[in-house]
Amino acid sequence: MKKNRTALRACASALIIALSLLLLQRLLTPKYVDDVVEGAFIAEFYEEEMSHDLLFIGDCEVYENFSPPELWREYGINSYIRGSAQQYIWQSYYLLEDALRYETPSVVVFNVLSLQYNQSQREAYNRMSIEGMRWSPSKVGSILASMGPEESFLDYVFPLLRYHSRWSQLTGADVEYLFDSKKVSHNGYYMRVDARPAGEVPTGKPLADYSFGDKAWEYMDKMVELCEREGVRLVLIKAPSLYPYWYPQWEEQVEAYAAEKGLSYVNFLEIQEETGIDYATDTYDGGLHMNLSGAEKLSHWLGAWLTQEVGLPDRRVEPKLSAAWEEKLAFYEAEKLAQYEKYGLTPEK
Amino acid sequence: MLFTSYGFLGFLLLLIPLYYLIPKRGQWILLLGGSYLFYFLAGPDYLLYILTTTVTTWYAAGRIEDNARAASACLKEHKEDWDKEERKAYKEGQKARRLQWFLGCLLLNLGILAVVKYTNFAIANVNGILSLLGQTRRLPFLSLALPMGISFYTFQAMGYLIDVYRGTAPAQRSLGRFALFVSFFPQLIQGPISRFGDLSQTLYGPHPFERKTVAFGLQRMLWGYFKKLVIADRALVAVKTLMADPGSYQGAYVLAIIIIYSLELYADFTGGIDITIGVAQTLGIRLEENFIRPYFSKSLKEYWRRWHISMGTWFRDYIFYPASIAKPMQRLTRWTKAHWGAWAGRRLPVYLASFLTWFATGIWHGASWNFIVWALLNYVILMVSEELEPLYARFYQRFPQVEGKWLWRLFQVGRTAMLVSCLKVFDCYPDVSVTFRMFASLLTARNWSVLWDGSLLALGLTGLDYAILALGIVLLSAVSLVQRTGSVREKLTQKPYWLKFLLWYGLFLLVLLLGAYGVGYDASQFIYNQF
Repeated sequence: MKKNRTALRACASALIIALSLLLLQRLLTPKYVDDVVEGAFIAEFYEEEMSHDLLFIGDCEVYENFSPPELWREYGINSYIRGSAQQYIWQSYYLLEDALRYETPSVVVFNVLSLQYNQSQREAYNRMSIEGMRWSPSKVGSILASMGPEESFLDYVFPLLRYHSRWSQLTGADVEYLFDSKKVSHNGYYMRVDARPAGEVPTGKPLADYSFGDKAWEYMDKMVELCEREGVRLVLIKAPSLYPYWYPQWEEQVEAYAAEKGLSYVNFLEIQEETGIDYATDTYDGGLHMNLSGAEKLSHWLGAWLTQEVGLPDRRVEPKLSAAWEEKLAFYEAEKLAQYEKYGLTPEK
Repeated sequence: MLFTSYGFLGFLLLLIPLYYLIPKRGQWILLLGGSYLFYFLAGPDYLLYILTTTVTTWYAAGRIEDNARAASACLKEHKEDWDKEERKAYKEGQKARRLQWFLGCLLLNLGILAVVKYTNFAIANVNGILSLLGQTRRLPFLSLALPMGISFYTFQAMGYLIDVYRGTAPAQRSLGRFALFVSFFPQLIQGPISRFGDLSQTLYGPHPFERKTVAFGLQRMLWGYFKKLVIADRALVAVKTLMADPGSYQGAYVLAIIIIYSLELYADFTGGIDITIGVAQTLGIRLEENFIRPYFSKSLKEYWRRWHISMGTWFRDYIFYPASIAKPMQRLTRWTKAHWGAWAGRRLPVYLASFLTWFATGIWHGASWNFIVWALLNYVILMVSEELEPLYARFYQRFPQVEGKWLWRLFQVGRTAMLVSCLKVFDCYPDVSVTFRMFASLLTARNWSVLWDGSLLALGLTGLDYAILALGIVLLSAVSLVQRTGSVREKLTQKPYWLKFLLWYGLFLLVLLLGAYGVGYDASQFIYNQF
């Protein structure tokens, strides 16, 4: 009898501990639904019907510069962006590896800006790229490749250890989205409708060494090998963002690499006329990122290019997929209107 | 491997279950392996230092004991055929041999400690003298690594050597067992400095698994982590800000650092010792207490009987007492008595031996004049207090109603706490002159409004942080008060299960949520690690 009571108490205690810690972890982990929504993008991928023809992989130069809804609306291309803030190339590699566990797209578009980094710069960026991933060898690989000296693997396994002191910064959203989240991206695209023209663009500061680092090239090679193995066509791009400065020496290295590996490489900085990008109206932060207008222009050009060059199919004829996109487009249009209102702008006709 | 690292907790998570699963006779061998792994992870090069101390001390102690035994046997054998003079000569000869082994080992090990810890301090002083003499030449500083816990394990090993030499402890014949005594990982970082006679009783086992002992050990660790992570490392943020810029933080800020640093040091050191004792207890090993509610002391003398007890008793037993009764001291006492009277003859050995003890205490704490001045100020205050004893006695005679009253006791406790807190500030500033200038600024800066106008919120701590520190002080005080009548954990065992669960799990959550650890916090070493 006494033994039973002791066992019961131990079980009840363990349950209380487990549940309360789980609840605390949910409460204290950032929800990324208000200000810094980029942290929610990676996790949203898993809510998708996995049959994308095109995957974008990269940093803010993809998730702010290309619009999957526009690609669907205009060309019937079913695409998704797996991107997060300052996403390093090893994170892009592991996100691609992770995505390929669920689906095999025809084309992967990778933005090459992150080749400039040979190690993670900020823990906050690591978090935004990694936390949303489901547990898999890819996630473990991404953590191990990304962690800085101040970070610990255990903090990724139990985010409560990382966010234990967030109790003083909790907001209503932390309670509201305790068990559920809200959609914040449009197939990984981050929308901004406001505009801030680019001023004079300073040239980059001279660097001691323009060569990309060993680790960056290692993961570039791995990405190429992975795509070859999976029968996916890899396309390299450099988005038309004016900052951070894209050095001619970097361009040479990427061009040489693409030529060596037989990859297509599109530098959008060099085809401004074709894309129709106007830095006075198509950027919301003075040239760092495109706004909606810029992103739709780039998507228009890229969609045409992918249709002609790669032969991506128009899938608007598929009823189930079309129905799913109907909902997404409605969400896209609603946010457009909301943002026009927020920024006091007149909606484009 | 810091006590506050995940690595350390993982290390325990593997070690403790294994310790109770393997055959009991192998437990101490596992602990030895674990201790050396712990030390290896701190820095593989450091192993050479601890191995040198271990092997030389073990060997020398063995030779000393062998010699003493052989001498005793020989004297017995020749009891009949040797006359008194022969016996005396033989005894002297053997004693000299033992002394050679003893001094050789002592000098070697204290020499290692002196070289790695004090060489640059000596160079800095020589350079200072050269500068005073108008010389431009300077001696270069050396890049010497300070092995983790070298002061602690050296003193522990030397204490053992002295005990064996005196014949008050037997030599440990097993090198492995002795190596465990020197390297036992929980106390390697910051003590306590255990005596062989005490620790050997409990260190080698066997230790069967006892739920209550392990639970008590874990609870003690949790309390230590609360002190370290919630209080000490939080207070450290403000202390670092105040220490970094003495020019800007004068006057009332000095009062702030006196209070906050005192809290930080107490929580840091006692927290570390709680973890040490708790870890040992989970392994079934009993370590001596190193603190007995020091801030409840009514005098500085009492404080030093309650603070860092193992260090205090080490200096008392191995420096103060031997110095007090050394032959040169006895000669000096006789001379003083003859020339200056009985009172002076009685006081001189106390003054000199105390001076030596406090000087050693200062230099042991760190290679810096700050520590030496701090220790000598303690010495001066203690000596003055002792001379004023008759005055206190007259005061109590005149006002007998005061003694024993709680308000008077509170005054005494507050006065002592403030005094030791002021003295501790010598740890904080770069040199002695700055420290004295900072004390002087208490009278000259006239900026008392910073204590309430929000300026303290610009030291890196928010209002919430100060509230947490205040909560910490309340909890520390409450636990100390309860402890006066016995172990808190023992008392809690009598309480209903769910109350115990609530208290311990609540404490765990406090550490988890309020602890200053992880990314965004500057993971700090325990202050006493550096000694």
